[in-house]
Amino acid sequence: MMKRTLLIAAAVLGLSAPAIASEGANPPQLKWSFAGPFGKFDEAQLQRGFKVYREVCSSCHSLNYVNFRNLSQPGGPGFSEAQVRALAAEYKVQDGPNDAGDMFERAGRPADHFPAPFPNENAAAAANGGKAPPDLSLMPKARTYERGFPWFIFDAFTQFAENGSDYLVAVLTGYHEAPKGFSVPEGGHYNSYFPGNVIAMPKPLSDGQVEYPKGADGKSPVPETVDQYARDVTAFLMWTAEPHLDARKRIGFQVILFLLVLSGLLYFTKKKIWSRIEH
Amino acid sequence: MSQHSSTYVPKSAFGKWFESRLPIAGLIHSSFIVYPVPRNINYFWTFGAILSFMLASQILTGVFLAMYYTPHASLAFQSVEHIMRDVNFGWLIRYMHANGASMFFVAVYVHIFRGLYYGSYKAPREILWILGVIIYGLMMATAFMGYVLPWGQMSFWGATVITNILAAIPVVGDTIQSLLWGGYSVGNPTLNRFFSIHYLLPFMIAGVVILHIWALHVPGQNNPTGVPIKSDKDTVPFTPFATIKDLFATAVFMILFAWFVFYIPNYLGHADNYVPANPSVTPAHIVPEWYFLPFYAILRAIPDKLGGVIAMFASIAVLAFLPWLDTSKVRSTSYRPLYKQFFWILVADTLLLGWLGAKPPEGWYVIVSQIATAYYFIHFLVILPLLGFIERPLPLPNSILESVLGQKGGAGLPAGANAEPQSKG
Repeated sequence: MMKRTLLIAAAVLGLSAPAIASEGANPPQLKWSFAGPFGKFDEAQLQRGFKVYREVCSSCHSLNYVNFRNLSQPGGPGFSEAQVRALAAEYKVQDGPNDAGDMFERAGRPADHFPAPFPNENAAAAANGGKAPPDLSLMPKARTYERGFPWFIFDAFTQFAENGSDYLVAVLTGYHEAPKGFSVPEGGHYNSYFPGNVIAMPKPLSDGQVEYPKGADGKSPVPETVDQYARDVTAFLMWTAEPHLDARKRIGFQVILFLLVLSGLLYFTKKKIWSRIEH
Repeated sequence: MSQHSSTYVPKSAFGKWFESRLPIAGLIHSSFIVYPVPRNINYFWTFGAILSFMLASQILTGVFLAMYYTPHASLAFQSVEHIMRDVNFGWLIRYMHANGASMFFVAVYVHIFRGLYYGSYKAPREILWILGVIIYGLMMATAFMGYVLPWGQMSFWGATVITNILAAIPVVGDTIQSLLWGGYSVGNPTLNRFFSIHYLLPFMIAGVVILHIWALHVPGQNNPTGVPIKSDKDTVPFTPFATIKDLFATAVFMILFAWFVFYIPNYLGHADNYVPANPSVTPAHIVPEWYFLPFYAILRAIPDKLGGVIAMFASIAVLAFLPWLDTSKVRSTSYRPLYKQFFWILVADTLLLGWLGAKPPEGWYVIVSQIATAYYFIHFLVILPLLGFIERPLPLPNSILESVLGQKGGAGLPAGANAEPQSKG
């Protein structure tokens, strides 16, 4: 009982401390297609990441803010509308009440939200050792690690904003044997990057677990490894967290270009006007 | 708005008819067209225009956000996500509003330190300065309540911490706290009233801004020399000179704004605020937005709760007394060699307090916070009053014109013009 309380405390602490990674070990910085001023999502990666979410994460984690229809919107995984309709229809969605006042189940439609694995948070907590697995819709924006001085200043100039994504991959791939002398409470799991190093979630991914689409040569173009799964599902979650990222960066470039030209013109106008007087 | 109100002559018959009934065109003409501006003002004087732009931007984006936002504890977070995902360009409007608040504070801090450096608070501009301090206070209240509205973890816990410190005020503290809460803890009624007040305060800011501009246009603008306007030769008309300079500076500022909105929109926020508010889970570090950090550091530097609250409010209120705390007759720091050093030490001290505000209140952070807090008050309450008696200012130019032409070699000036510095000091 004591151990269980400790575990819950650790899990609660885990949620409460998303902003701080374990001391000393910062997540490695990875290359992301959506980083930088011209960054955009890689459709194939989002599709693979969605497959990982669907086959692995979705058994415990909800994706409450995402609708099926989002999967076919521009700047996303690039599924066709027909694919999305077929995909939604595979899910059962509760609807109602109907004219008789009863709730009923029907096949999902593109306008529906992704159904959550548990009917409510208490059920989710009860089935997972007392702590509900968090919703994943916003994960890469809801987690980070402290960059510290002076890095946080450089980040504003280099546009480094992928700290949440780096952290998620680090946690997903950070399951190791606990070092000697470190006692992991029962039901907890050692993780090099999770704050406090004890995470309630068991190691979710293993090599070869999810089958990726095959290329022309009959082999998957990317390795079916934990590392690749972690990157793909994180990229997918970055898209669910920021579905308009592509448009944001594209429009941003146009806006800044426009403002630079405008500022230039205004500068020379200003110079001309002020040349009338000594100042 | 100013004494220069009689030069506007309407051309059309309708214009004459209208002007004799409501002289608003004349008011605009005298305030923003012929209004005399010192010819030597530098780019630090464009931040008034930048701030007006930011206020307009915040009000406009805010009005659109309010069309989609739901101020309810169980729907607010979801409605913000609805704006980010489903509303056309909702992500743009929301990121503009969230980052716009930060840009507003960037501009206001430059504006305030400009005033500190060039002595813009000294007679006859005391009322102008105090109105500015009031605007700053209203801005902080607005920003704080705005940050609560998305109802994320940091919204909720930030609101809890700040409303809790108000309870430390003797006698009325508890009443103020329950009035703000609308109950016995931060909850749905708190969110409702914060939304209402968040929508109200910007219009109060706009009102005080009008008074601020009015109070500016009576004595006229200060300038980098601090020497008052003495003749028409010292000034240029607002339009086109100040207008074009303000437009250029605002366009450059918009590039900075766009950089944050489009490329690093969450850089200045907290990851915790993308986690829905949960009253039973406290974040490891409750940190306010960056623009509150120096004051947060002051609050926590004092070991006593009431003392901390008093120090925090005093650190802002002390600004209102600046016109009387600064005993030097010389406005511009360019002519105050000693004060110049203390000015930059104050800037460094404020930045240090800001950094400390983001750190946990433990270990040597606490001691450094206490030293930095003490210095902040010593600067305003001891150094500033004493310096006016000790310091020997450099010779001032006789006029703005002289300072301008003097820099360019002073060619064409009468021989005596440069020869008697500091005679009118």
